[in-house]
Amino acid sequence: MSNHAEQSDMRLHLKIWRQPDADSPGKFVSFEKEKVSPDMSFLEMLDELNEGLIKAGEDPVAFDSDCREGICGMCGLVINGQAHGPRRSTTTCQLHMREFKDGDTITIEPWRAKAFPVIKDLVVDRSAFDRIIQAGGYISVNTGNAQDANAIPIPKRNADEAMDAASCIGCGACVAACPNASATLFTSAKISQFALLPQGQVERKERAIQMVSQMDFEGFGDCSNYGECEAACPKDISISHIARMKREYVKAALTTA
Amino acid sequence: MLPFLTAAKSSVGKKYLMALTGLFWVLFLIIHLAGNLVLLSGHSDAYNKYSHFLLSLGELLYVLEFILLAFILLHIYSGITVAIGKLRARPQSYKVQKNLGGASRKTVSATTMIYSGLLLFIFLVVHISHFKYQVGVNGDYTTVIGGVEMHDFYRLVYDSFSYGWYVLFYEVIMILVFSHLRHGFWSGFQSLGVNHPRWSPFIDGLGIVIAVVVGFGFLVIPLYIYFIGGA
Repeated sequence: MSNHAEQSDMRLHLKIWRQPDADSPGKFVSFEKEKVSPDMSFLEMLDELNEGLIKAGEDPVAFDSDCREGICGMCGLVINGQAHGPRRSTTTCQLHMREFKDGDTITIEPWRAKAFPVIKDLVVDRSAFDRIIQAGGYISVNTGNAQDANAIPIPKRNADEAMDAASCIGCGACVAACPNASATLFTSAKISQFALLPQGQVERKERAIQMVSQMDFEGFGDCSNYGECEAACPKDISISHIARMKREYVKAALTTA
Repeated sequence: MLPFLTAAKSSVGKKYLMALTGLFWVLFLIIHLAGNLVLLSGHSDAYNKYSHFLLSLGELLYVLEFILLAFILLHIYSGITVAIGKLRARPQSYKVQKNLGGASRKTVSATTMIYSGLLLFIFLVVHISHFKYQVGVNGDYTTVIGGVEMHDFYRLVYDSFSYGWYVLFYEVIMILVFSHLRHGFWSGFQSLGVNHPRWSPFIDGLGIVIAVVVGFGFLVIPLYIYFIGGA
């Protein structure tokens, strides 16, 4: 039983970025979407739009999604100028149409960054993130049985902070929301989660240098401390991790042989 | 060790240089303001003796001036590279872009840093050529205090700020100083890696206090001279 007043179906004006492939120019295409239930998720609304397009023999709008539970990091749209839409701490798939009103115009754009080229329509290539991870987002583990987890003492606060950093799902909303298209929050979360834990100490210095170098190489912008990334992050990852990354990098730059 | 230039040119190093040079300039501005508040006392001798003391520092003054010049050039260099990098990193801009609020620190002063910064540099060139090198200054601004001949900076300042348009120019610039420090101070500490649950609220607050004190401190001096001091 819901206490909310029954919200009736909505009619929406959608302006969606269409782009056939990375090399072709794109443009906004308008769609009228009727009978949008407030209980639909944003992606279900797009699914319905696509069903209509397919039935009419037209090309459906390409967008990314996978788990639709807010934990995989696959979905991501800039909705009315906000990465993942108007609701904070929420991925696009967990955004529901009750956030919108009947008659609203909704502009939907892909993540925009040189390092995230558009593959088609709203789908972008985020493999730049994978290459940052490959540059240093790993730890050395000896083969054999895993040791008892309690054998390694870790202060509670470090464990908590590492877990906060590790909650990054790599969706790229930080890049999309940053006025500079900087990937600093993502990279810092990945550096932070290892720097805080004993398992991350072996590669600690090389990791900081290599991941930052790779991030710069990929063509992301610089960090101007706007903090839009933290506000856009569906996992509320704090820019305090960015400060830690800076400390890690400078320490590493000054002390590695 | 990572080669110094590689580290300095990285996204982290670049902002480290920007923060260190910027915060050094904040320190300079505070000292500069403290010295110039003597102007409000109305004691011309006190102000002239103070400026004479600074000029008598000799080589030390040259060293300080060189550091300030080198730091501001580094600061501008890193600022411009960040601004260019921003354009390169997002060649296709959004049709709609809305601030996110919440944890965001994207204030007007944050988004206009490059503009306020470049205008402040132009101001600096005008300010230094006028008061230090006295470009375009007519008349003899020397005085004798206690048998020592020295520049009469006090009279130069008072005469300069007797022109309304000159006062207005300074007022606009000092609002930019406030704006630049409003984002620059806390942001400098963040860039240096200082972000701590206990210290950050203090640094944020201090940044606002310094922005207000420095910006409005310098704003008051020309206004005071124009409306009250010159009378």
